[in-house]
Amino acid sequence: MNIVVCVKQVPDTATERKLKSSDSTLDREAVDGLMNELDEYAVEEALRIKEAHGGEVTILTMGPSTAADTIRKALSMGADKAVHLSDDALHGSDSLQTSFAIQQVLGRTGFDLVILGSESTDARTGVLAAMLAERLGVSQVTLANKVEIDGSTIRIQRQTDYGFDRVEASLPAVVSVVEKINEPRYPSFKGIMAAKKKPVDAPSLADLGIDAAQVGLAGSATTVVDFAEAPPRAKGQIVTDEGDGGSKIADFLASKKFV
Amino acid sequence: MIDFTLTAEQETLRRTVAEFAREVVAPVIGDLYERGEFPYEIVAGMGKMGLFGLPFPETVGGMGGDYFTLCLALEELARVDSSVSITLEAGVSLGAMPIFRFGTEEQQRTWLPPLMSGERLAAFGLTEAGGGSDVPGGMRTTATLDGDHWVINGSKSFITNSGTDITAFVTVTALTGEQEISTIIVPNGTPGFTVGKKYSKVGWSASDTRELAFDDVRVPVSNLVGPRGRGYAQFLRILDEGRIAIAALSVGLAQGCVDECLRYVKERAAFGQAIGTYQAIQFKVADMEVRAHTARVAYYAAAAKMLAGADFKKEAAIAKLVASNAAMDNARDATQIFGGYGFMNEYPVGRFYRDAKILEIGEGTSEVQRMIIARHLGLR
Repeated sequence: MNIVVCVKQVPDTATERKLKSSDSTLDREAVDGLMNELDEYAVEEALRIKEAHGGEVTILTMGPSTAADTIRKALSMGADKAVHLSDDALHGSDSLQTSFAIQQVLGRTGFDLVILGSESTDARTGVLAAMLAERLGVSQVTLANKVEIDGSTIRIQRQTDYGFDRVEASLPAVVSVVEKINEPRYPSFKGIMAAKKKPVDAPSLADLGIDAAQVGLAGSATTVVDFAEAPPRAKGQIVTDEGDGGSKIADFLASKKFV
Repeated sequence: MIDFTLTAEQETLRRTVAEFAREVVAPVIGDLYERGEFPYEIVAGMGKMGLFGLPFPETVGGMGGDYFTLCLALEELARVDSSVSITLEAGVSLGAMPIFRFGTEEQQRTWLPPLMSGERLAAFGLTEAGGGSDVPGGMRTTATLDGDHWVINGSKSFITNSGTDITAFVTVTALTGEQEISTIIVPNGTPGFTVGKKYSKVGWSASDTRELAFDDVRVPVSNLVGPRGRGYAQFLRILDEGRIAIAALSVGLAQGCVDECLRYVKERAAFGQAIGTYQAIQFKVADMEVRAHTARVAYYAAAAKMLAGADFKKEAAIAKLVASNAAMDNARDATQIFGGYGFMNEYPVGRFYRDAKILEIGEGTSEVQRMIIARHLGLR
C-alpha cells in the first residue's frame, strides 16, 4: 500500500509565539520548530498499517528549509522516503492554497491512503483533510481514533463528543487522526542513522506545474486583516476558608454558570 | 583541530532521549523513587528505543552507535533522573560490555540479544564488603575447579541491577588462584546463589542495588569470561570506560540542577521581585552552568581519546572527578536556591541532592581518581 503522511513543522507550543507585523504571518524564525504533535500520531499509524499490510510510507511536508528536521524525525521513526515542497513563493499560503499545492505533490507520488493529523497547533484550521479529499475526489474519513484496513476498505472510529461513529469508505481515501489513536514511537538510534540514507525528493513549483501566482500570501483566499496580543490574564480571586469555603466556591462557579 | 560539535544524528538522538525523559520519566519517577520501586516500564521503553544496544554493533543485536553516543543518552536521562540513568549505565557498561568485549562467540550469542533489547539486564559483581578498587587485596570470593565446573564461594556488595525481575545473570570476579582473578558468568537462579534484599539507600532509590551471596555455586567451565587470570585487566578496562559514563551521568545531574533553577528563579519572588533578578542568585546559577559546562567538556575530551584508540585513563579519571564535584556542588546550590522546597522530596532538586553523593563514590571514589591522576604524573 502506498501511504502518504502529511506532516507540518510548527513552533514549539511551549514557547511564546508571535505574528509578524510586516505581513501578519507567524514568525517561524523566532522560535524552535518541531513536528506538529498530531502528525506524530499520523506517522505512527501509517507505520503500523505498513507493518500489518506491507507497502511504503512517504512523508510529505510543505514548509521552509528548517522543516527538514521534521522530515528527518519522521524518517527516523521508520518512514521510507519523503517529499519536501519548499519555495519562498509558498510563504503565507492559506489552507485552500496549501491543499492545492499538496494535491499537486500527491499527483506525483500517487497514493492509496493519505494520513494527516486532525489539525496543526499553529493555525488550527483543521480543514486540510477535507479540502484535500475534495480536491482529490476521494473519500474523507476524519477524526479517527481507530483505523482498520480490510482489502480495499478502510473502517474508522470517528471521535465524537458522545463517543464514536463507525465510518467506512473504499480506498483511496484521506484520513485524519486524533491523539487517542496510538502512542507514537520514539526513534531508535538505528532509525536515526538509517534516516540519513533515505531519499528526500525536493520538487520545484515548476516541476509540479504550479504557477507562483496561484499560491502564497498574495494569492490567498483568506487574509489576516488585523491582530492584537491577548490581554494579560486578570488576577485570580482567592477564597479564604472560614468554614464556608465550599459554598463560596460553589457560589463563584454558579455565578460563572459552571454549575 | 578541536571540534566537539555533535553530528546531526547524535544531536537527534540527544533530543529524542531528552523528549523521552521529559514525557515518560519525569511524570512518574518521583513516585517510584519515593516507594523505592524499580522503573520496569521506563526500562522497557528505553529498550524499545534501543538505548541498551547503543554502543554495540548490529552483528550482536546492537544499534551500531559508540560509547560516546551512550554517554549523551546517559546525560539527558540524568538531567531528569539518575536512578533511570544508572540503570542504563550499569546495564550496558557493566552488564553487556564484559560479555561483548571478553566473552566467547557462544556466550555472546546466548546472553547478548536480550540485553541489547533491554528485555533482560545483567550485573557485574566486583565490589565486596572488604574492598572495591582495592583488588586483589580486598577480594575474598573464590572460584575453584571441580571437574568441568567452577565452584564459587563468597559474597558481593552494592551490585546494581542484580536482583530485578528481568536480571539474567551476574558476571562475578573471583580469585581462581594466588593473586589470580577471573570473571565468571553466574545465571540468576543457580542453586546456592542468593540475591539479597534491596539496600535502603540515601539516593538512586528507584534503582536496584543488592548484596549477593555464593555458597558452593556450581557453573560450567564454559561460563568463564575470557582467559583464566585476566579478570584484573578486564575490569580495569570496564571501570575506565565506566568513569566516562558516570561523568556523563554527573553532568546530566549538574545540568538538571541548572534547568530546575532557571525555571524557579523566574517564578519565585522574595522582597518584591523574582529572585532571579538578584545578583546573588544570578552568580550562583552562573557558577552552576560553568561547572556543568566544564565537566561536559572534560568527558567529551576523555571520550574523544577513547574512541581514537588512545590511552584515556587519566582523562577518564579527570572527567569523573570534575563531573562528580560539579554534580555535588550544583545539587547543594540548587537545593539552597529552592530553600525549604529544596528539602522536599516532591521537588526534583531534593532528589538530585540525594542522588549526587554516590557520584563521588561509585566507579572509583574521588580519592581513587586522584590516585590514578597522580600515578599518571609519575608519582608513586
